[in-house]
Amino acid sequence: MSGTSHFDEMTIDGSCMRLPYADYAQWFDTEKSQKLLQKSAEAEALFRRTGITFSVYEDASTDERLIPFDIVPRILSSREWTRLTRGIEQRVRAINAFLWDIYHRQEIVRAGRIPLELISSNAAFLPEMIGFTPPGRIYTHIVGTDIVRTGEDDFFVLEDNARTPSGVSYMVENRETMLHMFPELFAQIRVAPVSTYPTHLRQSLAECAPLSTEGPPVIAVLTPGVLNAAYYEHSFLADQMGAELVEGRDLSVVDGRVAMRTSQGFQPIDVLYRRVDDAFIDPLNFRADSVLGVPGLLDVYRAGNITLANAPGTGIADDKAVYSYMPEIVEFYTGERPILQNVPTWRCAEADSLAYVLEHLEELVVKEVHGSGGYGMLVGPAASRKELKRFATKLKERPDNYIAQPTLALSSVPILTEHGLAPRHVDLRPFSLVSPHRIHITPGGLTRVALEEGSLVVNSSQGGGTKDTWILED
Amino acid sequence: MLGSTAGGLLWMFRYLERSENTARLIEAGLRIALSRSADASTEWKSVVATVGALDEYNERHPNFDSASVVDFLLRDASHSHSVASVIESARSNARLVRTQLTREVWEATNQCWMSLSELLALPTSPNDLPRVLGQVRQESAYVRGALHGTMMRNDAYDFCRLGTFLERADNTARILDVKYYVLLPSAMHVGSGLDNVQWENILRSVSAQRGYRWRNPGRINPKDVAEFLILDPRLPRSLAFCFAKISANLGYLAAEYDERLASHAMAERLEASVTNRSIESVFDLGLHEFLQQSISCTQTLANQIELDYRFSV
Repeated sequence: MSGTSHFDEMTIDGSCMRLPYADYAQWFDTEKSQKLLQKSAEAEALFRRTGITFSVYEDASTDERLIPFDIVPRILSSREWTRLTRGIEQRVRAINAFLWDIYHRQEIVRAGRIPLELISSNAAFLPEMIGFTPPGRIYTHIVGTDIVRTGEDDFFVLEDNARTPSGVSYMVENRETMLHMFPELFAQIRVAPVSTYPTHLRQSLAECAPLSTEGPPVIAVLTPGVLNAAYYEHSFLADQMGAELVEGRDLSVVDGRVAMRTSQGFQPIDVLYRRVDDAFIDPLNFRADSVLGVPGLLDVYRAGNITLANAPGTGIADDKAVYSYMPEIVEFYTGERPILQNVPTWRCAEADSLAYVLEHLEELVVKEVHGSGGYGMLVGPAASRKELKRFATKLKERPDNYIAQPTLALSSVPILTEHGLAPRHVDLRPFSLVSPHRIHITPGGLTRVALEEGSLVVNSSQGGGTKDTWILED
Repeated sequence: MLGSTAGGLLWMFRYLERSENTARLIEAGLRIALSRSADASTEWKSVVATVGALDEYNERHPNFDSASVVDFLLRDASHSHSVASVIESARSNARLVRTQLTREVWEATNQCWMSLSELLALPTSPNDLPRVLGQVRQESAYVRGALHGTMMRNDAYDFCRLGTFLERADNTARILDVKYYVLLPSAMHVGSGLDNVQWENILRSVSAQRGYRWRNPGRINPKDVAEFLILDPRLPRSLAFCFAKISANLGYLAAEYDERLASHAMAERLEASVTNRSIESVFDLGLHEFLQQSISCTQTLANQIELDYRFSV
């Protein structure tokens, strides 16, 4: 279904190597495919031994699964990367400025660049944040921008993932695995390191500590617990940063501070990197049934005594309806034209758009406004007649719940199969760290790959895999 | 360190110790079952009693036959003391406290869980049993080796060690208590049907037969067996050894945190109860009473440690 007209990142017309892959291809040609397949199996054993797994629940039993890892790296030249980072940085700046604005004077609404309902009737908008400025004026400290490519110079932002992006542990561990299995490759090809990410994360979070912090800030990572699918990542990041990994049950509000119960008493926390959603972080202020959060956390936050990363209410910036206004948002706050393109998006809430979407359903990708992880999504060209019909009914019932986008011809990178190399579609999620002083983007990212031939769905929950992502050094 | 992490480390090592102890008990039971088939069911019953699972066992099986008991103790996931369950719990705790473990300790624990889950997925045939039990002991030894070789000697290490010795003291006392009548040096039993096999079996179930032979060459009698397992500070599974270790590790914690707590005095009293004492005075008090008291004091101490170091709210 992807047709033959998509862009392949390794070869031109299936034969001539693109420059970033030239050295790798040369190495690959001298390797025996049998040995490489064996290395693939070794990689899997390594991931299992290290426990880089996620939990899946079926029939009341828990199963630990691996996200499949492909040993052929995804390679970008330093020129490609520079352009990407400029575009991401611009977008991340705009998102932070946008968040400050909509929780303060809402100049962008006054200027008529976005409709008021987009904010006022949006479930991700938190009234509790109105008029409050987080420490350092940073809302989204960690961003994982999803990028797809359709041509040599055509990069699109698919999602901004400004609330709690995950996957960064795979960026680091995929590289560790490659270094372990193919040390000689890294001696031949100069690849920018990614292992510095946790150090940068710690530094960036420390720079966002409340002004009242004395001495080096105490940082902790808040996880929903061992049953969460991303638990490995939470413990990995805490471990690598030398921070405590805490759950709601470890925390209390003591003397106006959020403190963790240690073996020697309560210790106040300055910066909490929370991997728990807004709705669950504080049962007194949000969902009362949550056992994952800390009662009174938001009050401490609003008193300026703790930094929450990312800030509550950030979700509105990666809402899919807001996404469709990102070009306007970038221009409004940076005064520049967007460097990275937005995917054209039909907002089904608008009557004209809905009519168009219903008429062209078999060509489009339709997503839920608040969905993630590839759930509740329709890929028109891959859907059966029956599925299309069922989806059309859902669309008509709740049009404001959906947006639609054209099916992009995602670029491909080869994976190793039993029959040799075979192209598969990929996306890319680089990770940005934002502090008042700088935006740091680690040279690399998470490359997700659809393992089935022709498939465009790369989500790990839908059978996607990952690859190591190389940014070549000049 | 988080209080919950301290608790997780302690329990991780309690569970690992328990897996090894249960494997050893099965091994010892198996020997009796093989050598004296008539007494096999009595022997198996006492093994189940030692792990404190008689009620759970009776709910599941009518008789104490080898196959049922071995399966119950080794593989039964519905029973919280089986090796399979205990390994699962040890590894769950390890995941919780992973940020406090070295990579080596984590990987050894994860490896232990992976290989034993696979090994215990299907029923173990009698012929395979020695190999499987050997592997259970070996896997837990790898974790211990990684702990000794790679962990900082700080509070995290102390909590791991406390877990090991609390569990071990409890285990040794239970083994002796279930068999205390075998060891009672009454005239009635001397030279009667209760022969060396029973005594040796007690030694075997705590891996002490070699140590005993070295300490008491050429003679085996119940008084010496009890003395060895309770009072000899050189035997790593004796009560004296375990209580001294618990007291020492709590002492390191007191020094590191600069704080003496209720559990410290308690541990010292427990250590004193087996120091400079004769086995005769233990028998005077009553072996059963002494062991019951040890078991309950160990439990009280474990609870106090949990309170003192804020394992939970």
